[in-house]
Amino acid sequence: MNLLIRGGRLIDPSSGFDGIRDVFIEDGLISDSRPSDDVPVLNASGRIVAPGFIDMHVHLREPGIEHAETIETGGKAAAAGGFTTICCMPNTIPVNDSDTVTSYIVQRARQVSPVNVYPIGAITKGSKGEELAAIESMREAGVVAISDDGRPVMNSRVMRRAMEVARALNIPVIDHCEDLNLSAGGDMHEGVQSVRLGLGGIPSASEDVMVARDLLLAELTGARFHVAHLSTSRSVAMVAYAKSKGLQVSCEVTPHHFAITDQELSAYDSNYKMKPPLRCRHDVEAAIQGIVDGTIDAIATDHAPHAGSEKMQEFERCPFGITGLETAIGLALSELVHKNLITLSRMIELFTTGPANILRLNRGTLKPGAPGDVTVFDLDTEWTYDVQQSSSKSRNSPFHGRRFRGGPVATVVGGVLVWSRE
Amino acid sequence: MVKPAGLLDIESLDRTEIEAILERARFFQPLSNESYRRLDVLRGKTIVNLFFEASTRTRVSFEIAAKRLGADTLTIAAAGSSVSKGESLVDTLNTLVAMRPNAIVMRHAASGAPQFLARHLQIPIVNAGDGTHEHPTQALLDARTILDHRPGLGGLRVAIIGDIAHSRVARSNVHLLSKFSAEIVLCGPAPLLPGELAQLAPGVNLAHNMDEALRDADVIMMLRVQLERQHEAPMAASEYFRFYGLRLEHLKLAKPDAIVMHPGPINRGRELSSEVADSQRSVILNQVENGVAVRMAVLERILG
Repeated sequence: MNLLIRGGRLIDPSSGFDGIRDVFIEDGLISDSRPSDDVPVLNASGRIVAPGFIDMHVHLREPGIEHAETIETGGKAAAAGGFTTICCMPNTIPVNDSDTVTSYIVQRARQVSPVNVYPIGAITKGSKGEELAAIESMREAGVVAISDDGRPVMNSRVMRRAMEVARALNIPVIDHCEDLNLSAGGDMHEGVQSVRLGLGGIPSASEDVMVARDLLLAELTGARFHVAHLSTSRSVAMVAYAKSKGLQVSCEVTPHHFAITDQELSAYDSNYKMKPPLRCRHDVEAAIQGIVDGTIDAIATDHAPHAGSEKMQEFERCPFGITGLETAIGLALSELVHKNLITLSRMIELFTTGPANILRLNRGTLKPGAPGDVTVFDLDTEWTYDVQQSSSKSRNSPFHGRRFRGGPVATVVGGVLVWSRE
Repeated sequence: MVKPAGLLDIESLDRTEIEAILERARFFQPLSNESYRRLDVLRGKTIVNLFFEASTRTRVSFEIAAKRLGADTLTIAAAGSSVSKGESLVDTLNTLVAMRPNAIVMRHAASGAPQFLARHLQIPIVNAGDGTHEHPTQALLDARTILDHRPGLGGLRVAIIGDIAHSRVARSNVHLLSKFSAEIVLCGPAPLLPGELAQLAPGVNLAHNMDEALRDADVIMMLRVQLERQHEAPMAASEYFRFYGLRLEHLKLAKPDAIVMHPGPINRGRELSSEVADSQRSVILNQVENGVAVRMAVLERILG
């Protein structure tokens, strides 16, 4: 629980600090007192030392789908990806729509996960979009937000009620914005590529109309509203507009949505199949612009493990989703920082204060008294992602074999070194 | 590609390869009043026809083509096979491959199914139609049929009419005809004619109006309405026929010697009138006939 991280370049967007400084963790918390001589030391010279990274959008598959991932393996993959805190979506079996399931996840995570796990509760019972789930009980049991991720609430009246409850409880509503009628039968972004490959298209408009609806409902209810894995240029524009009008709106983007377009995917390879789908160049550029100009608040992976057998099928039969915890920092560095689109400090913000502010977590900072969660990464080591070595139970990543420059080096949770590259 | 990889699509074939297949197919066309020669170029080879989707002409055509080349064939229809017991496609194929056939001819309802298998299996796969993606041997036999009536494909005006969105025949034909610099007009009801089709290949134009599409056409290809692949309730049959069905009076708009094609199965009174189907202009049965010759050329090229 005591650890001295020595000699690194500390960048903490919460205080604006950027310089060489040691970080001392005492009894699991960041401390400003002098460490004793016998305290264990983690040498971080030449590395970047940042507040522990938070991934606010992860699927851990437990309970119910443990052949694809568990709280333990997902937690290990998070640690190996440089994350100290993850938030897990409720689409388990059973759905996390009650305090029973929430409590199970919280307790199980304490026993087996190397990183902090915060559950996100369902909006509706069974995520069926009809009746509200036991939101207040789940809140007491520890959920930090509500979402019917993957099975978006189509009924606007139900969504309105959910936002009213969420506002009273002071938690955000996270929506996977997708009009299921517009996207029905779709397997990839609707465009020249989908027409060429003979695959059903998912139009950008299927996301846009739901973002528009939700923003209107957020205005109506005064709820805090968060757009999950935003992927279109119009979503970015609408969120920017809503922010300019003073709505409490935030949004996240995944690394794959700023790193790959629908032109670059390998045809009929289910490791490129996810929702929202990989979009066209225009949408990807808008997402990057949103990251640069501050419209986008967080990078989240939407880590969605699927067992090999599920992804080893005809493309249209494969489930949506790819893993992402272990490649997020590498992609953010190579696609954003090394291309000089954003500063290192801005990148760290997207992984720390960004999600922490959205979810009101007392994390993502290295101020004295804060939890001793630290992410250490480097900028220049060349490495190749080998999905066979993944800590996740699943292997569905399009980034297998990709070369990266810079990536996670060590992950510290509550003063304990839970993962290191060596 | 026509190599050990088999034949997956037209898009990735180059022009010379297509020309070679079409030329060879001409050799395999029967002379009038003469029965087919049975050859033995594929003697000792085994070809498995695996049809996960209903098919009469393509299945029979591949089977006859293989037999005329001296190959042994067996045909498996998915209903009756282990697929109906829940086996995955890859496992089914692995099982078949373990019995060492020389090639697999496959039709499947999922776009990209042959591409997916080609990544995981070491056996030539001939795509006999995958979902709404491609149907390469159909485009080859269509080209062979056009060439029986015209000296070349370049500069021809080809109207393809019907449910383009769901048509693998249209996609393969567009790629093939475009490689030979034909002018292609795609025409159909708006929901079945996505605008992106214009960017599929060079030389493609879209039309929502039959008269516009048919004007000065050398070739008229009618497509079947693929009710089984449509998400929304289809246009009423009478409405469809009224605006997109081919009737005798339409033929006046096309070139005087224009030919009418259809990949089959035809629905008389829906895509084209009975009079057109049975007219002198119709080459529908020539297409079927050429199907055997073209598939002989393809199989010989892959396995010969």
